[in-house]
Amino acid sequence: MPNPFQSFESRDRHQTFDEIYGEPENFLEIAVINPITHGTGSGMYTDYEIVCKTNIPAFKKKSSRVRRRYSDFDSFRKTLELEVRRVVIPKLPEKSFLTTNKFNDQFIEDRRIGLEKFLTVVAGHPLIQTGSKSLLSFVQDDRWDKRKFE
Amino acid sequence: MSLFFKTPLDIEVRLDGDDSREHVEVKNAKGRKEKLPLYKDGETVRGQVTVRIKDNKRVEHTGVKVQLLGSIEIQNDGLQSDDFLSLAHELASPGDLTHPETFQFEFRNVEKQYESYRGANVRLRYYIKVTVSRKSADVIREKELWVHQHQGAVEESAPPPPSSVKMDVGIEDCLHIEFEYSRNRYSLKDVIVGRIYFLLVRLKIKHMELSLIRRETCGAPPHQLSDSEVLIRFEIMDGAPVRGETIPIRLFLGGFDLTPTYKDVNKKFSTRTFLSLVLIDEDARRYFKQSEIILYRE
Repeated sequence: MPNPFQSFESRDRHQTFDEIYGEPENFLEIAVINPITHGTGSGMYTDYEIVCKTNIPAFKKKSSRVRRRYSDFDSFRKTLELEVRRVVIPKLPEKSFLTTNKFNDQFIEDRRIGLEKFLTVVAGHPLIQTGSKSLLSFVQDDRWDKRKFE
Repeated sequence: MSLFFKTPLDIEVRLDGDDSREHVEVKNAKGRKEKLPLYKDGETVRGQVTVRIKDNKRVEHTGVKVQLLGSIEIQNDGLQSDDFLSLAHELASPGDLTHPETFQFEFRNVEKQYESYRGANVRLRYYIKVTVSRKSADVIREKELWVHQHQGAVEESAPPPPSSVKMDVGIEDCLHIEFEYSRNRYSLKDVIVGRIYFLLVRLKIKHMELSLIRRETCGAPPHQLSDSEVLIRFEIMDGAPVRGETIPIRLFLGGFDLTPTYKDVNKKFSTRTFLSLVLIDEDARRYFKQSEIILYRE
């Protein structure tokens, strides 16, 4: 019987200094911040900034900042459901109704939090990271064009 | 026995050598622990049966017999019971009982092919059953035994133990690990020694645990029943690993209530044990790898 207290350190694998103390290969930070309401009257809408910093090779840019509105998230989620069928995609924060005050601070903040949670879970999923072109486009392209994926 | 009429008799079964014999603590159906005497294959089962009459009545009977039974009970929409061992001795021919009587019994060199087992849907039990037959209702008393089977660590003709079990698992471009452990066959008192080596970590892993899972299957398709139970769960790593990291595994099996691997007992049920490695990431996603290990009782 092998010695149960044997050490595993001295085997043929050695970690380099960089492997132990360097930036880990799973570095991925996604935040949804800075909501801004644009326009006036019936054309008013709020959009949010998606900030992404990463060293995961699947993402083309190491850092990016883009702006997206709720309806962009909604069409992205629908695209993702069709693109990555094996995975259950988390829900977005609730849609607003005719009677909701969409431009009240609390509503916008709750939405921001929900969108950030959604995007963090989605972007961190290994099958979506490696299997979805729409994710990479949604997070890092200057403009989100849902028609590209229909 | 009817709930409404008290039995006129008390039957007591005593087994020889109970004081010096090793006992096993087993959990019963209600979750309580009971101590049962341990017997080996080929061992003689001998003892006494004492029959006492209540209320000084005279009790007529049509025979007293003692049986040693081994049966497999499967709980599958009702209880199915099959005896694979059935031995009997007559203790008294039809007559009257007026005072307490003690009968000796002996079942010599009884072959007990299988181990006793209590599982989720299946039970294998050995028991002494005393029956006082009467024209009205029989009076029955049972006493259960427990049986262990011992196997040598390595048979003479067996090939030398194989080199360690090594598995390369992961998700393309996201996670790549090497899972290695000493061998695929362990005694119940052994230690599982191994390691996890991380080749690629692009996920945010929060912790890693190792479990032993017992899977019991009984019956044949289409009525096959399966049950999985986690016997041990151990956290072996807390925190995020990086490329090149090695996490050791040392799992001492002796401290746990494990069942040896049973393959197709009496063609009725099997019990198998699986080593299960689970990694959990920061979004609570679980990644796992399961492989079977053979357990035997030394």
